[in-house]
Amino acid sequence: MDQIIEILIAACLVISGVFGIVGSYGLIKLNDPMSRLHAPTKATTLGVGGVLIASILHSMLSENHLSLHELLITLFLFLTAPITANFIAKAHIHRHETPDTLPPAGEDQKWATHDIPQENPAAD
Amino acid sequence: MIIYAIYFAFTCFGAALLMNLWMIATAEGIGDRVLALDTMVINSIAILILYGLTQGTEIFFEAAMIIAMLGFVSTVAYARFMLRGNIIE
Repeated sequence: MDQIIEILIAACLVISGVFGIVGSYGLIKLNDPMSRLHAPTKATTLGVGGVLIASILHSMLSENHLSLHELLITLFLFLTAPITANFIAKAHIHRHETPDTLPPAGEDQKWATHDIPQENPAAD
Repeated sequence: MIIYAIYFAFTCFGAALLMNLWMIATAEGIGDRVLALDTMVINSIAILILYGLTQGTEIFFEAAMIIAMLGFVSTVAYARFMLRGNIIE
């Protein structure tokens, strides 16, 4: 049983290391700023998740108790990575795109970051 | 066997950190720099947890948690500064 858990820990660590290096290599390899956004936010987050799973299994193996506070970090990273990617993509739209180069915004006239709010003359 | 896997993961995440540093030094736009800094924070969390795994202590998880929160807040602040020119209006 211990042997199986050791193999699982080693497999998790190796897989997460490969995911981490692929994420950061994609950051310098891909040639479009919005393509570069994909590599770190997905692959690197998954790599850190693998390390945390290995840490949970290691504490099960060595101390015979289940410690789940590693899952807090996993949950936090999985929650914040999409928010970060959304913010960076929004900043890219704001700085490098014009309303003509973007797809249509649906029922609004423009995408929100290009939409300059009208001054309300009645509010004085 | 576990210790060799830990060394392999250390090597991978260390190389990933060096690639992020290279990206910060040579990026074309500011968005790529912010993205590389955010990736650096995530990779350093992984390295801290691996170090805690080798040492067998729990204190590094608290440090990793704090770094995760600070990294998120600082990335959001950078992105907000790129969007609006100031952070707290």
